[in-house]
Amino acid sequence: MKMIVGKGSCGIAAGANKVSDSAEQYIKDNNLDIDVSVTGCIGMCYLEPIVDFIRDDGTKTTYVLVNAENIKEIIDSELKGETLTKYEMPEVDKQRLEKQTRIALRNCGVINPEHIEEYIAKGGYKAIEKCVTEMTPEEVIEEIKVSGLAGRGGAGFPTWFKWNAARSAQGTKKYTICNADEGDPGAFMDRAVLEGDPHAVLEGMLIGAYAMGSDEGVIYVRAEYPLAIVRLNIAIKQAEEKGFLGDNIFGSNFSFRIRIKAGAGAFVCGEETALIASLEGERGMPRLKPPFPANKGYWQKPSNINNVETYANVAWIILNGGKAFSAMGTPNSKGTKVFALTGKIKKGGLVEIPMGATVKDVIFDIGGGIKEDRAFKAVQMGGPSGGCIPADLVDTLIDYKTLAATGAIMGSGGMVVMDETTCMVDMARFFLDFTCKESCGKCIHCRLGTKRMLEILTRITDGEGKDGDIELLESLALNIKSSALCGLGQTAPNPVLTTIRYFRNEYEDHIYKKKCTAHQCKNLVSYTIDADKCKGCTLCARNCPVGAISGTVKNPHVIDTDKCIKCGKCLSSCNFGAVIVD
Amino acid sequence: MSSCCNCAQASAEALQKAGIDVTLLQPTLDKYGAVEGSLITILQNAQEIYGYLPIELLNYIAIKTGNKPAKVLGVATFYAQFRLQPVGKYLIMLCQGTACHVNGSEAIETAICEELGVKEGETTPDGLFTLNNVACLGCCSLSPVMMINGETYGSLTPAKAKSIIADLRAKEAEGK
Ligand SMILES: Cc1cc2nc3c(=O)[nH]c(=O)nc-3n(C[C@H](O)[C@H](O)[C@H](O)COP(=O)(O)O)c2cc1C
Ligand code: FES
Repeated sequence: MKMIVGKGSCGIAAGANKVSDSAEQYIKDNNLDIDVSVTGCIGMCYLEPIVDFIRDDGTKTTYVLVNAENIKEIIDSELKGETLTKYEMPEVDKQRLEKQTRIALRNCGVINPEHIEEYIAKGGYKAIEKCVTEMTPEEVIEEIKVSGLAGRGGAGFPTWFKWNAARSAQGTKKYTICNADEGDPGAFMDRAVLEGDPHAVLEGMLIGAYAMGSDEGVIYVRAEYPLAIVRLNIAIKQAEEKGFLGDNIFGSNFSFRIRIKAGAGAFVCGEETALIASLEGERGMPRLKPPFPANKGYWQKPSNINNVETYANVAWIILNGGKAFSAMGTPNSKGTKVFALTGKIKKGGLVEIPMGATVKDVIFDIGGGIKEDRAFKAVQMGGPSGGCIPADLVDTLIDYKTLAATGAIMGSGGMVVMDETTCMVDMARFFLDFTCKESCGKCIHCRLGTKRMLEILTRITDGEGKDGDIELLESLALNIKSSALCGLGQTAPNPVLTTIRYFRNEYEDHIYKKKCTAHQCKNLVSYTIDADKCKGCTLCARNCPVGAISGTVKNPHVIDTDKCIKCGKCLSSCNFGAVIVD
Repeated sequence: MSSCCNCAQASAEALQKAGIDVTLLQPTLDKYGAVEGSLITILQNAQEIYGYLPIELLNYIAIKTGNKPAKVLGVATFYAQFRLQPVGKYLIMLCQGTACHVNGSEAIETAICEELGVKEGETTPDGLFTLNNVACLGCCSLSPVMMINGETYGSLTPAKAKSIIADLRAKEAEGK
C-alpha cells in the first residue's frame, strides 16, 4: 500500500509535515507495509493536509483535513481495506476536480515531484524526444503556432512568435529564460507548478531551446519560494543524470543546460528587461524596448523569456498536437488557464479551466461562492496591473479580449474575490501603495505619479477627500499610463481606474458624505452601543485598550467617541450584537 | 582588481574593528568573485553567512569583485531581500499581499506589534524578534499568512498570531 502526502508550501503550512512524521512513526512502530510518498499541490488548499491512499489493487482514496492524530485511524482502516468515510474527500469536492481541465497542472498533486521516474511514467520527456528525433525546429514552432498558446505571464503574447524571433535573430549564443518571479501578490500558480511538477517546466524549456537553437537556460525564481528552488535543483540534477539535460541529448547534436538564479525581492524584476538586468547582477531597472530581448537580451545575446505556466503547457502540446490545445477556448484565447482563487472565497486554491468559461463558473461553480454567504462585490484580476470586475459583470467570459474590455486583464491568473466588507477605495489605495513602493524610480511619471495618486487615495480613505479628487486621480492615471517607461507604470493606475469606473459612488461617499459603507476606513466609521441590546456584561469595557467604554454591571454601556481608536475590539467581543458600526 | 592599496588597508581595519571574519566569505568569492554578473549571488551568500550585510562587508565585497562601493550598495539597497541591519533570532515575515490584505492582515500586524512592543521593520530589544512586512508568500489560500524562519503559519487571527509568538518566546525562555 502507498500513502501520498500533499506537500506543496500550502500543504506544509497546513501541517503536512506533522502528518507524515506521525504516519512514518506509526508505520515504523507497528512494522506496517506502507510506502510513504510526497506529491505537490492539487489546488484544493482549503482541504489541506490532503493524503491519498493507493491500495495494492490500485484503488485510491483521498482523505482531507488530515492531522497527526487521525492519520493513525485512517491507516488502521485502510489496512483493513475499509475507507474511513468521515475523513474522505466529500463528493462535491471531487466534482470540483472533475470540472477542471488540467494541462499545465496535469501532474501537480499526482506525481512525486522529486522522482523523475514518476514524471517519465506519465509520458515525461517523450515530447522533447519527439522534437529532437522526429521534428525540425521549424516544425516545433509551427505546432506551437497551431496551438495558439499565448504567454501566461500577463501580456498574452503569442509564444510561437517570440520563439521564431529568437530563432531568426543573428548569433549562435542564445538564452532560454524562464520567468519564475511571480510577483503578483495574491497569485501562486507558478509556485504550484514549480513545486508540483518541475520537470514539466524543464521539458518546456528544452523544447523551446531546441526550437530556437539555444544551448543555455536560466530559471529566475523569486527568493520567497525556497521549496520551489529545492525541487527545481533536484529535478535538474535528475534530468542531467538521465541525459535529458547536457550534451547530445537523445544522441543528437542538440545540447542544453539549465541553471537557477534566485531573485532578491523586487516586483519590477518580473518585467523582462529588468529581469535581465537582475540576472546580470545589476539593480533590476527596466529599459526601453526595442531592442527586444529576442535580439538583444541577456549579455546582449538573443534571449527568449517565457513564464512558468507557458512552458508547462508546451510538452503536452507537442504530444497531443497543437490542434487539441486550440480546440479548447475562444477564437482569440486558446487552451486552458490556471487561476489562483483567493480572498473571500469558500474554496480557495488553484483551478485550471478552458478559456471561454465565465468568471461566475470559476467563483461560484468551482470556488463554491463567497465566504459566509455574504454578497459578492467584485473580483480583482491581474493584480496591481489589472482591475476589478464588479458583480454585475460576473458573466464575463475568460478571454483576453473580453476581459480587457472590462478594464481588468487576464493577467497571470490571480483572482482575489471581494465581498461587501471590502472597501474598493481602500483596495485602490492598497495597490497604489504596492506599486509606489515597487516602482524602480527610473522614470519620473511612475516614481512621482504613483506617489501623488497614493497621497490622494490616502487622503480620501482618511476622510479628508476633496471635491475634484476623483477627476484629479483620473487625469493623473491617464498621464502615467501613457508616459511610463515600463509595464509597471503603464498599468499601475488600472486598479484605480476600474474602481472609479464601477464604484464611483463609493469614492463619492468617502469624499462628500464621509462614509465608508464597507466599514473599513477607520476615520470614517463610528462605534456606538445600542442601549436596548446591551446587557451590561462589561466585556467590551474590559477589552477596550484605551478605556473608552464606561458603564456599570447590568446597565447599558457607552462609548466615548473622542477616546475611541476604532480598533473594533468591542465589536468582536460583544455577544449580543449591541455594538453598532456606522 | 581596481582597488588601490589604501582602501584595501582601510577596509581591512574597518572589518577588524567591526569584528567581521571575512574568511567565511572566501569560498563564495573563490567560486563567484570572477564570474561576471554574480554580485547578487555573492550578496545572498554573504547575508546567509552573516545574517545581514554590514557596510564594511559591502566595501570589502566591492574591492574583491572590482566593483565600485556605490554599485554594491546600490544593488544591496535595491532588493527587498537584503538587510543592512542585523535582525532578531526570529524573523517574522508578515504577508501584506492582496489576499492577506482582503482577509485582514492589518489587524494581524496590529496584534503582533502589540505582542512585541515594536513597529514593523524593528527588532525587539532582547534581539529575539524582527517584524517585516512582505508582499505575498504564495500561500494566499491560507491567508492571512506569516512565515517565521522558513516555517509558514496560515489562517491567522490576531489571537493565533499572538499565541504563536508567545510560544516561541516561552520556548526561548526554557532553553536558557
Ligand atoms: C511590472 C511587471 C511585472 C511582471 N511580473 C511577471 C512575473 O512575475 N511573472 C511573469 O511570468 N511575467 C511577468 N511579467 C511579464 C513579463 O514581462 C513577460 O511578459 C513574460 O514573462 C513573458 O512570458 P510569457 O510570454 O510566457 O507570458 C511582468 C511584467 C511587468 C511589466
Ligand atoms: S497574499 Fe498573502 S500569501 Fe499571497
